[in-house]
Amino acid sequence: MPVRPTVRFTALFTLTALASTSLAACGSGSGDDPDTVKVSFKQSTDNSIKVMDTYLGDIKKQFEKAHPGKKVELVPIKAPDSEYYTKLQQMLRSPKTAPDLVYEDTFLINSDITSGYLKPLDPYLAEWKDWDRFIDTAKAAAKGEDGRTYGVPDGTDTRGLWFSKDVFAEAGLPADWQPKTWDDVLAAARTIKEKVPGVTPLNVYTGKPAGEAATMQGFQMLLYGTNDGSTDPLYDRSSKKWIAAGQGFEDSLAFVETVYEEKLGPEVSDALDPNFGTKVRGELLPQGKLGIALDGSWLPQDWLEGSGHEWPEWSKELGLAAMPTQNGQAPGRVSMSGGWTWSIPAKAGNPDLAFEFIKTMQTKANAQKWYVANSGIAVREDVAQDPAYVDAQPGIEFFTDLVESTHYRPAYPAYPKVSVAIQEAMEGVTTGDLSVEEAARGYDEALKEATDNQVVRK
Amino acid sequence: MTAATPPHTGPELRKAPSAPPAAPPSRPATGTVRRSLLRALPVSPAVVLLLLFLAGPIAYCVVIAFTDLQLTGQAEESFVGLENFRRAFRDEAFLNAVWLTLVFTVLSSLIGQNTLGLALAALMRRASKPVRTLTGGIVVTAWVLPEVVAGFLLYAFFRREGTLNAVLDWLHLPSQNWLFTLPILAVSFANVWRGTAFSMLVYSAALNEIPKEITEAAEVDGASGWRRMWHITLPMIRRSIGTNLMLNTLQTLSVFGLIWVMTRGGPSGKSQTLPLFMYEQAFQNSLIGYGTAVALLLLLIGSLFSVVYLRLLRTEV
Repeated sequence: MPVRPTVRFTALFTLTALASTSLAACGSGSGDDPDTVKVSFKQSTDNSIKVMDTYLGDIKKQFEKAHPGKKVELVPIKAPDSEYYTKLQQMLRSPKTAPDLVYEDTFLINSDITSGYLKPLDPYLAEWKDWDRFIDTAKAAAKGEDGRTYGVPDGTDTRGLWFSKDVFAEAGLPADWQPKTWDDVLAAARTIKEKVPGVTPLNVYTGKPAGEAATMQGFQMLLYGTNDGSTDPLYDRSSKKWIAAGQGFEDSLAFVETVYEEKLGPEVSDALDPNFGTKVRGELLPQGKLGIALDGSWLPQDWLEGSGHEWPEWSKELGLAAMPTQNGQAPGRVSMSGGWTWSIPAKAGNPDLAFEFIKTMQTKANAQKWYVANSGIAVREDVAQDPAYVDAQPGIEFFTDLVESTHYRPAYPAYPKVSVAIQEAMEGVTTGDLSVEEAARGYDEALKEATDNQVVRK
Repeated sequence: MTAATPPHTGPELRKAPSAPPAAPPSRPATGTVRRSLLRALPVSPAVVLLLLFLAGPIAYCVVIAFTDLQLTGQAEESFVGLENFRRAFRDEAFLNAVWLTLVFTVLSSLIGQNTLGLALAALMRRASKPVRTLTGGIVVTAWVLPEVVAGFLLYAFFRREGTLNAVLDWLHLPSQNWLFTLPILAVSFANVWRGTAFSMLVYSAALNEIPKEITEAAEVDGASGWRRMWHITLPMIRRSIGTNLMLNTLQTLSVFGLIWVMTRGGPSGKSQTLPLFMYEQAFQNSLIGYGTAVALLLLLIGSLFSVVYLRLLRTEV
């Protein structure tokens, strides 16, 4: 000491700072061994949740038994959603790192199809009898703009209103609550606020920290219930353009604004905490500190035995109601659906073997086991009609029923950016930094940027 | 990139004896060349490795900063010239990130880590040995902790049900959600907490090198503590100050994990410094080309700071 700063040293130091941002992916790719199929999947960031690990371990055993000499290598990627996508996309870019089978969120599948990361599965599907068992909307979820199918869905999800019966009783609200309009929802929340202090009346996910949960569980559950309730309010399929913010969009923002302005929702700072979703499922609902939660069908998977937050009594303590349309217009209720699919990377070394693995996963018995294990909603008719599936868990019937009136996002390549633009608009009205009009204008700007100006006004 | 740090500004070149006057004119030039080549031989493997693993990726980054490369959603990328840079300067979120990066750097590095490190080093010279060991231990622990762990600790400290608010409640002072109301201040404080040890170590070493006679002489002449600090100590350790400022600044400019864990750049981008902005663009919005252009701009800011410090160092006392 003291270290003399030399030019070389400075340059080196600054360069290292940049090098740390360079884009590297690691891991070895598929195809080095023709007898091993490499399967990448998203491992829960919560160590106590092993639903998928257990399921895939079981399938691996079945597969290796049925295909002597073949091996399955499970490659878990442990990351939150957004980082999982990034990691996966980096792996898919090169044959050195691409696995044989990947678990793709339908949220990004079209984007990855456009990038040429995935292999069309039509030749395989044509020869696979079980494919006819899948319901049409699910088949469409993994279809590219070129009309070819790039993934086999392993279930879907729907969304609705969960409410605490205890809180409702204390507030003098009915235990069989079924709101008909948005105003009914807000009225119930206002009653809870007045009668049950210390309880958050209503949670609607919002803002960028919540990510896609804000867009899908929050905003779209409102937006798709505006206007006539049947046409897509975000994307115009006939002109292939995105729709700028209109009345329905502003009304949905106004709903979010009302929730946070009247303090019917959680504290704004809590709502914008990236870990708030975990808190809703793990603490607020089980402890009866939340009146109404606008959330997804998968919540019970956190409450199953062995999951870390066991709550077997949930079905007695929580009620379920469909999210109503804005003014009760037809069809009266709204739901959004997403889900995940199994896809084969374009650069996979053993695609045939990978499809064999999909077939093993998707026997009726295995599919059913999976839906039940992860609180998923069946996308196979044969399973959906099976009483063993319907009775397996409380809530399954309610959420499977919603499939009828559900909407799928326009998951085209620009969608992830559009989704961020929606989150930003929501965040603006949540914090009160922006008025509804300002937020809607900001969305229009961001939409133009995100879609190369492929925007229509309706 | 090296253009921003021209090779002739280096202090070691300035200090080097100006051209050996006694060089025998008769010596053939080729001999010198051969000799320097031979001398370079032992370091060449290291140079090759550096070129391969450091310069290579950086050159690649420079190239993709001029393309519209995306992580997903695009069949083929194309060359777009300066578009990414133009876009950055039109982008309000980018300008916001530049501003926050400067605030974060000035607050936590220039003012926080640097001054506090110097103060701690000066105070610890007078402290008793046990106090010195204890303080040193605590400060260095903060430095040794991995960034993410430090981030979680400070998240727990600042959050609404956190330690800071518990203390404030106990003192009957108003508490608030610091990560929400003053996010940039909270993360700056976190960076000070984490990085002060380094400054303290640098300054302790520098202070130890000041000959005792000089300070004693000043004391005999009746100079007060403050005057001795201002007129003797600071000028004598100015070289260390420069080094320390430069290292701190560059380190602070690239802080990512700490802020990511504490606030993820939020709320509404109020703590989104350039590394977080870059991450969001490159990996969340999949805009690798744009994100890399932002990384290059960050590098430029780092280089500007470096040049300023090097200039300061050059002036002789």
